[in-house]
Amino acid sequence: MRTDVNTINEKTPHEDLTEGLMMFAQATSKNFNTGEWRTNTPVFCAEKCKQCLLCAPVCPDSAIPVKDSKRSDFDYDHCKGCGICVKACPFGAIEMREGQ
Amino acid sequence: MSKKDRMSGNEAVAYAIRQINPDVMPAFPITPSTEIPQMVSTYIANGEMDTEFIPVESEHSSMSAAIGAEAAGARSLTATSSAGLALMWEELLLAASNRMPLVLALVNRTLSGPININCDHSDSMGARDTGWIQIYAENNQEAYDNFIQAYPIAEDKRVHLPVMICQDGFITSHAVENILLEEDAAVKEFVGEYNPEEFLLNPGKPIAVGPYSISSYAMEARYNQELAMENSKEVILEVAKKFKEKFGRGFELFEEYRTEDADYIMLIMGSAAGTAKQAVDDLREKGMKVGVLKLRVFRPFPAEEIAMALKNCKAVAIMDRTESYNGHGGPLASEVTAGLYRSKVMIETVCYTYGLAGRDFTVETAYEIFDELKDVAENGKKVKQHRYIGLRSKERS
Repeated sequence: MRTDVNTINEKTPHEDLTEGLMMFAQATSKNFNTGEWRTNTPVFCAEKCKQCLLCAPVCPDSAIPVKDSKRSDFDYDHCKGCGICVKACPFGAIEMREGQ
Repeated sequence: MSKKDRMSGNEAVAYAIRQINPDVMPAFPITPSTEIPQMVSTYIANGEMDTEFIPVESEHSSMSAAIGAEAAGARSLTATSSAGLALMWEELLLAASNRMPLVLALVNRTLSGPININCDHSDSMGARDTGWIQIYAENNQEAYDNFIQAYPIAEDKRVHLPVMICQDGFITSHAVENILLEEDAAVKEFVGEYNPEEFLLNPGKPIAVGPYSISSYAMEARYNQELAMENSKEVILEVAKKFKEKFGRGFELFEEYRTEDADYIMLIMGSAAGTAKQAVDDLREKGMKVGVLKLRVFRPFPAEEIAMALKNCKAVAIMDRTESYNGHGGPLASEVTAGLYRSKVMIETVCYTYGLAGRDFTVETAYEIFDELKDVAENGKKVKQHRYIGLRSKERS
């Protein structure tokens, strides 16, 4: 019953789909560029950022990459532009821009 | 060895649950099914079973928790009635589409309004297209027997669908009758252990249950679900056969009571079948060839089997204990007549609505119906096709 879900696509006949469309894989949401839903866009200003990291944990997705205790620019493939990070930043280092 | 006892339908189902000892039971009380979780809680408190009982805040939650537990890899169940089932609506569909083999002990009670706590089938009939297998009982014995068969049907690889075990509120759930109970070990052996292949709490083998499906996949998934429902028929028959071999009781898709040479047959479901059988016995004494087809399995619907069982009679009374508000007849009326037409069985039918919200269905009422069928078949009496029986009216029927 365990199927390699990567072999399933929009042409797969019903017989070869998994039962209840169960996914035999994990973290597949990374494969979907849900960032295209965005209507407003947060912009990162590196010079104002103090690397306090208050923004990263409030992101409802995981669109603020953190490496070696430092955040970098947004992952726009997954950022939906909710603006929560803008409110969380005490230093004005994130600004909201209209549009994609 | 079977043990003779006396019990209500609720006690019988709670007894079966104790014997099966499932893993998780989330439940919220509602009349007339409240006793089932209450009795199960007592069994747990007394150390007679170790099911994890979850008291939840609503039926929306009880069905959600039952689905969650089942997806996690546990054997789960819940119990409800009426508005409780209505509040589970969205989750009923999810249980079936996520192919969760969980079991619901349903004690049939009417849906509002007017608000009323007594028996009819409007709750389960409303849920007839949610993808659940539905099995109905005439009495406490059948409620017990059907419950024991529920998991072997649901968990079969050809099925993987949820099963609703229905009994009539108060009439069956609260009336105390004689019953044959089976030994704990024999019931456990019959039901077997639950060993799901894929489940959430399975380290190293990650899965996701119930993902969003775009249009390119959803229709295929629904067709697969429909195929599982079709496949369930043979599984239900196999399990019924195995049950009969082991315990010596039970029926398959329906019971045919004195129908072999019957001119007139009443097709009925639930506790009122017992009343209909009494009427059949009385009328047979007087030489009238009558019988009862008691439907046990409503989902999957055995359309062709019913048509074949009815094909030699002159007229059939199709009895609905619910109203569809379509000006045409209840669910049994619609589905049985469609089944007869498709099998080209062109017998007379009259569709009756009876027993709504606990209205008594009496032996005398059944006599009247058989007399009317005879009048229709022999004298060509024209009757309204969608009739209420046992209704106060200024019009003479």
